[in-house]
Amino acid sequence: MSEPSGDVLLEISDLSLVFRTSRGPIKALNGVSLNVRAGEIVGIVGESGCGKSVTMMAATRLLPKGSAHITAGGIRLFGNDPMKLSERELQHVRGKLVSTIFQEPMNALNPTRRIGEQIVEIIRRHQRLDAKAATSKAIGLLRDMLISEPERIMQAYPFELSGGMRQRVLIAMAFSCEPKLIIADEPTTALDVTVQALILSLIKHKAASTGTAVVFISHDMAVVSQLCDRLYVLYAGRVAEAGTTASVLAAPAHPYTRALIRCLPGLVAPKQPLEQILGTLPDLLDPPAGCLFKARCREADERCKAVPPLAAIGAARRAACWRRIEETQSA
Amino acid sequence: MTEPPLLSVEDLEVRYRVTSGWFGGSDVHAVNGVSFSVAEGETIGIVGESGCGKTTLGQAILGLTDISAGAVKLRGTERDRARRTQIQIIFQDPQSSLDPRLPVWRLITEPLHIRGGYANKQLIDRASELAVSVGLRPEHVDRYPHEFSGGQRQRIAIARALAVEPALLVLDEPTSALDVSVQAQIVNLLLSLQAQRKLSYVLISHDVSLVRHVADRVAVMYLGQIVEEGPTLDVLDAPSHPYTRTLLDAVPRFDRPLASIAPRAGELPSNRTLPTGCFFRERCPSATAGCEQPQLLVAADGLRKVRCHLVTNVHGMGRPRSAPRPAFPSDATA
Amino acid sequence: MAVDGIGAPRQAVSRFREGRLWYRVKGSPLTLVGAAIALVVLFVIIAAPLLAPYPPDKISLSARLAAPSLQHVFGTDEVGRDLFSRVLFGARASCGIAFAIVILSTVIGSIIGCLSGVVGGIVDTAIMRLMDVFLALPALILAMALSAALGPSLFNAMLAVAVVRVPAYVRLARGQTLSLRNRTYVKASRSFGASPAYLLRWHILPNALSPIIVQATLDLGGTILTAAALSFIGLGAQPPTSEWGSMVSSGRNYFLDQWWYITFPGLAILISAMGFNLLGDGLRDMLDPRLGGR
Repeated sequence: MSEPSGDVLLEISDLSLVFRTSRGPIKALNGVSLNVRAGEIVGIVGESGCGKSVTMMAATRLLPKGSAHITAGGIRLFGNDPMKLSERELQHVRGKLVSTIFQEPMNALNPTRRIGEQIVEIIRRHQRLDAKAATSKAIGLLRDMLISEPERIMQAYPFELSGGMRQRVLIAMAFSCEPKLIIADEPTTALDVTVQALILSLIKHKAASTGTAVVFISHDMAVVSQLCDRLYVLYAGRVAEAGTTASVLAAPAHPYTRALIRCLPGLVAPKQPLEQILGTLPDLLDPPAGCLFKARCREADERCKAVPPLAAIGAARRAACWRRIEETQSA
Repeated sequence: MTEPPLLSVEDLEVRYRVTSGWFGGSDVHAVNGVSFSVAEGETIGIVGESGCGKTTLGQAILGLTDISAGAVKLRGTERDRARRTQIQIIFQDPQSSLDPRLPVWRLITEPLHIRGGYANKQLIDRASELAVSVGLRPEHVDRYPHEFSGGQRQRIAIARALAVEPALLVLDEPTSALDVSVQAQIVNLLLSLQAQRKLSYVLISHDVSLVRHVADRVAVMYLGQIVEEGPTLDVLDAPSHPYTRTLLDAVPRFDRPLASIAPRAGELPSNRTLPTGCFFRERCPSATAGCEQPQLLVAADGLRKVRCHLVTNVHGMGRPRSAPRPAFPSDATA
Repeated sequence: MAVDGIGAPRQAVSRFREGRLWYRVKGSPLTLVGAAIALVVLFVIIAAPLLAPYPPDKISLSARLAAPSLQHVFGTDEVGRDLFSRVLFGARASCGIAFAIVILSTVIGSIIGCLSGVVGGIVDTAIMRLMDVFLALPALILAMALSAALGPSLFNAMLAVAVVRVPAYVRLARGQTLSLRNRTYVKASRSFGASPAYLLRWHILPNALSPIIVQATLDLGGTILTAAALSFIGLGAQPPTSEWGSMVSSGRNYFLDQWWYITFPGLAILISAMGFNLLGDGLRDMLDPRLGGR
């Protein structure tokens, strides 16, 4: 096996989670297993409702307490179960070990305070630095984000900045406490492609130079393929496929992954019909038995009535599809 | 005399006033002199980033925004009534483009209902026909929008646009709000409807690969101007204007690793006070002398038009690739 | 946000459907209490003649100012009328009037407000400035002045309170209209050539209605109080009409020795006003999409 070595920072095993709602429990996660090692960039890809954000929010205990309930499986974040941490320990983990970058940078910044004050405050909350040292550190971080006049940006209020600039500020803040792990939840979805390209390369460079691991959540296969070392494809709250980015893209094993890549325009001649995935996502209030992709799968047969395990199908490759598992065993 | 094209947009300008604070306000120059035409059965793609004026352009074609200068002509006339029935629009978010309190049959036949003179029975029958033509089931028309998924709602919106048998649809980011697996369904539907009904499309999108797939011709917009226009594959496979290249370089692709150096960053200049000279000058990797002059959209090679003196004045296809790019370009801030 | 990842096919579920309203009500006991009080009040208004043991105006000088007993559950007043019956019938005057006032001001206010929002321009500015003038004056004082000018009667008091309530609805309806006017579906309808009247009838009014209904429910409580206050100072219902405010007014002379005279009509005002307030509060929480979640 050539799984990258390094300390396991986050390990999620067979996690199932429901949201209690007025219509009944929504089975948002149905056995997600994944791990993140020090220094690697891991992509989590899937469509809306596949559980990619929920998984990572569960790992950092950001889900609303009343409605989200873990029904099976476990999480180990830096060796601890986040569900068992005290509020104090949790704050330490969230501040020093893990940071999160969200999709909408405006909501993550306090609109009434200057950018500089907000960065300095975060730095000083977790590090023993005086105001002057913290300020110069903040300016250095902004400069790393290719912000040309960091002193001026420090004085600005969030509304004075464009979306791309705000996202760069948030990335600087995420890196400010030198965390071991950064969770980036669709950080470029609201941005234009030229800005997106910049943000992606900033994340990649900064993570490489600091040795920070990144979990990058996205619905965009192409973005993930450019950025990530490994990826997990999620479908309906389950991992459909996992492996190194290059190997998954070269030979997607799960029919869902294959369909997800093939339905993009650009792979067939212009004006020709695109390959489409039939049907819609299963209703997570009442998910069907067996493989959750069964109803939309062109290759489904009798075996798919049982839930396929996420099994190894090659070097550093796993897939949850009976057909692939069988092929691997017979080979 | 040749017959006038189905749609022609001539030197269109849209400015609107935004008030700020207690005193005055400023003009937003959303569209600054855009001209193009669309033939019967043709698709033109309008590509650009947010703030480039592509959505305002779409709304101006529909008459939803007042035009400050220029004209939008349908088969050579500027009459509003003709436009109302001949041009329809599909909005980006099918969640908000359907009134949540009306049943689907009523939504689909809204254009007919507004016109008046139809009994409900007639409307329901027509709605069922239209629903079938966009891949819904006839019994769907009795339901309400919230009972449908995003893709199905976009089908409802398409059926509604078809209710008055238009000649041209303005598609304003028709798949951006949808999941990847559903996008393909909608694209296929749009392509087959076009083939069946000889529809013309104005496809407004930031998604270059979608435009490449659907459009015959493409116009790249920057700050309310077209900077490059021509047959889709010519423009997207061999871009001439520096902005088109910047845009295409930034599009994430499977077959290309992330650029090891940051692409030319910088931010869109304000559309409150337009820059002098070439609008793209400050971000342009090949900016040189002459860029401080206003740039004209003129024919380059073949059917292509480009708004860049480096391309058009200097031997036709001069591709100013040679200008060195700084490794980490300084970027202008908002 | 957390909510994004959840849920099967992305379906915005209408808040009224699939028993979800009931589910939310269940989660909020105070709303239930409010709804129960509102139902009781409605029932009493309709069924007062059946429930009341005596006619409300039946004078019985032999039983003057009798303390609560089995014959007279709430006791009697200074001319021996049964207070229980009078409180029941008083619901008709007090709450019935409040309903009439709220309906009147809601309808007038919504129409003016939606028009103002749709037409815009100078008409809008003129209407809104006029409403600002109304809003600048304290409501009760304005109502007092109006009903004093019109002459003390129940009908005039009602008119006065209704006029005072109109500006709040105008503002609310106008705000709703302005935000709805920019919805994509309204834009879509405009692109099909819909007239302002069409937009108002089919898209704006139906969608603006739920916040207006919430406001109206909330206002019922306040209106009951205002109507009672006007009657209390003699500008509203005139004796011998059984109305809670005027009953409290005449009862205050006997406050020290015959506590029941003032207490039961007073409690009726308190409970019904509170009931409608609780119901309105609960409805607002349930219908407000920002607070509601999915």
